[in-house]
Amino acid sequence: MTVLAILIPIALIMGAAGLAAFFWAMRNGQYEDLDGAAHRILIDEVEDGPG
Amino acid sequence: MNAVHIPPQAAGESLVSSRFTVPGMRCAGCIAKIERELPKVEGVSAARVNFSAKRVAIEHDPSVKSEQLVDALLHLGFEAQPVEENPLGFEDRERKRLMRALAVAGFGMMNIMLLSVSVWSGAEGATRQMFHWISGAIALPVIAYAGQPFFSSAWMALKYRRTNMDVPISIGVLLATGLSIFETLTGGEHAYFESAVMLLFFLLAGRALDATMRGRTRAGIGALLGRMGKSASVIAPDGSTRRVKASELEPGMLVLVAAGEALAADGEIEHGTSAIDNSMLTGETTPEPVGVGSEVHAGAINIAAPIRVRLTRTADDTVLADIARLMDEAGQSRSAYVRIADRAARLYAPAVHSLAALAFAGWMIAGAGWHQSLVIAIAVLIITCPCAIGLAVPAAQVVASGALLKRGLLVKDGSALERLAEVDTALFDKTGTLTLGEPRPDISGLDEDARAVALGLAQNSRHPLSRGLVRALRQEGVEPADITDVEELSGKGLTGRWHGVAVALDRASSASVDLATNLRIGSHCLTLRFSDPLRPDCAQTIRELDALGIRSSILSGDRKEAVRAVADELGIEGEAAVTPQEKLARLEELKAAGHRPLMIGDGLNDGPALAAAHASIAPGTASDASQQAADAVFIGETLMPVALAVRVARKTMRIVRQNFAFAIGYNVLAVPLALFGYVTPLIAAIAMSVSSLVVVANSLRLSRAAQVASR
Repeated sequence: MTVLAILIPIALIMGAAGLAAFFWAMRNGQYEDLDGAAHRILIDEVEDGPG
Repeated sequence: MNAVHIPPQAAGESLVSSRFTVPGMRCAGCIAKIERELPKVEGVSAARVNFSAKRVAIEHDPSVKSEQLVDALLHLGFEAQPVEENPLGFEDRERKRLMRALAVAGFGMMNIMLLSVSVWSGAEGATRQMFHWISGAIALPVIAYAGQPFFSSAWMALKYRRTNMDVPISIGVLLATGLSIFETLTGGEHAYFESAVMLLFFLLAGRALDATMRGRTRAGIGALLGRMGKSASVIAPDGSTRRVKASELEPGMLVLVAAGEALAADGEIEHGTSAIDNSMLTGETTPEPVGVGSEVHAGAINIAAPIRVRLTRTADDTVLADIARLMDEAGQSRSAYVRIADRAARLYAPAVHSLAALAFAGWMIAGAGWHQSLVIAIAVLIITCPCAIGLAVPAAQVVASGALLKRGLLVKDGSALERLAEVDTALFDKTGTLTLGEPRPDISGLDEDARAVALGLAQNSRHPLSRGLVRALRQEGVEPADITDVEELSGKGLTGRWHGVAVALDRASSASVDLATNLRIGSHCLTLRFSDPLRPDCAQTIRELDALGIRSSILSGDRKEAVRAVADELGIEGEAAVTPQEKLARLEELKAAGHRPLMIGDGLNDGPALAAAHASIAPGTASDASQQAADAVFIGETLMPVALAVRVARKTMRIVRQNFAFAIGYNVLAVPLALFGYVTPLIAAIAMSVSSLVVVANSLRLSRAAQVASR
């Protein structure tokens, strides 16, 4: 039983963290332009600033 | 890497954001070029490309006008049009809402499953109690959140005294949740939280996929009107000119149209002769010579010389605006098409409800007590309605669309495949659809010098023949010769000097050769013949369609002789000189006669027909508006994707029918078990998962369909 009391909250917290990460990514528009993301990987970002 | 960068904003400085659609972006190089070069323009602080939507969002100083930004983009080599505020806003919100609901349901499902599996494998007493409590604590907020798309849709349906697929789903989920809460509170043996959440998850998955597919390639009808000239130079009685916005033009005004300018309204030429490029309206690439008294339409481009035009119809009254309106209306009538899933739901939902009600009543009469009767009724609701039916259509369509996409055909709407599978007649536009839509010259007879001179001259003109010549020569790697004193004469051609020798590209003298130009170098004269070649596999495609039982014919706005020639070559019937309105009428006629026409066209004049046809396909070179109106867009020089689309669509419908048959068969087996009270949560969950997995696996067979069919 004590094992469960630790494991279940851990499972829930990890799941919730994943969910939060997904929401965060979506709100930041990471799923807006999937085709663009596939192409951007090819761009050399040697320009000044964070690209 | 792909997060949106918020541009650094200097304090106190207010920036405005404008959006442009840039259909010419093709690769990473284009993205990099736009995002690197645009901010170097005075007043522009940042540019961000959305490659999927082919858009650029530009943050700039309010003093920078959108025309300047379009110019800057053109300077980089991209044609751009400003777009108004995101017309996809609503659609996009809907998709995001579904994605969020899906994520929440997935989270809830996985966690509750962990607990449920323990209960099924024999957790007893206090442990089981605790697990039920935790399950409930997770499930309630999850259901409240993830179930909203269904609850609100079901509520809307009930409010208007209709029923849809969402009604039994909502009732099932809510009853199961309610009963599970009751069971948990009273320390009962079974809770059905996992069934309710899993049901939501699978259904949301189907919906989210559907919404993603649909939202993929939408662009507003506004893009069409964007093709019209934005403003015009109005000549005042005293001879001075001023720029007037297209929306403020009025019939009767006299406007000056410079060479290379797009017309902003319809009118009649009062002074000057020129040639106009009507390709946007009719798909015809040969420029039309015009003189005093000729009618010209908004959207056409004046190629050769300045003309004065007395306006007759302006703003929303133009032919172009008419086409937009026709298209909009035709599209609305097609949206009334009843999706196969909705039809199934219409039959299915009442059946499920009655069955569940019967089960409840039957067990009550048999004296089982209200609790057991309710458990059985819920089991019936859950085991019948769920995943298999919900996934039957979207799973097959998503897989088929993916397979077709790999073969160069983009299907824009799930229901398009349903309609494509039903077509029995194919109507092809000629120019740009059966043909490649651009004149290609035969340059084999030119020596090196002649090629260089031809390119040197042709690159100075916007004339379609010149553009075709430039493209062909550039492909051969020709370097342009250095030509001086280049002049373009309206309706005649280009002249210039090359090393002191007079050179010219002018109109072919022979009237019988309609697509040709003479290249003169000094006294030497060469005739260049142009042709708009047929797509390489036209005949094969038409044979393939024939084998599928689809009769093809041509419906073109082009001249009779041109259509005749192509029709004879392909051995099909052809109608020539058809206006957009007539095309629409022709389609209505076919539909009234019980046919299901498939329209394949690219020109703006095909727009209404594309929207009205039972199903429609446009080539990737088509105008934005036509692509918007069509159900599917094919890319590349081959026409075969058209036949492939029909073949795969039919295969998809076979799979969909199999899925339905399986789902119904599964219910025939499962429902009696549920009715007689043999269904425990374990059986229900396994049966449900297996049934949806079978449907998905069956649909996956379509991933190879496009390859097999193409052989």
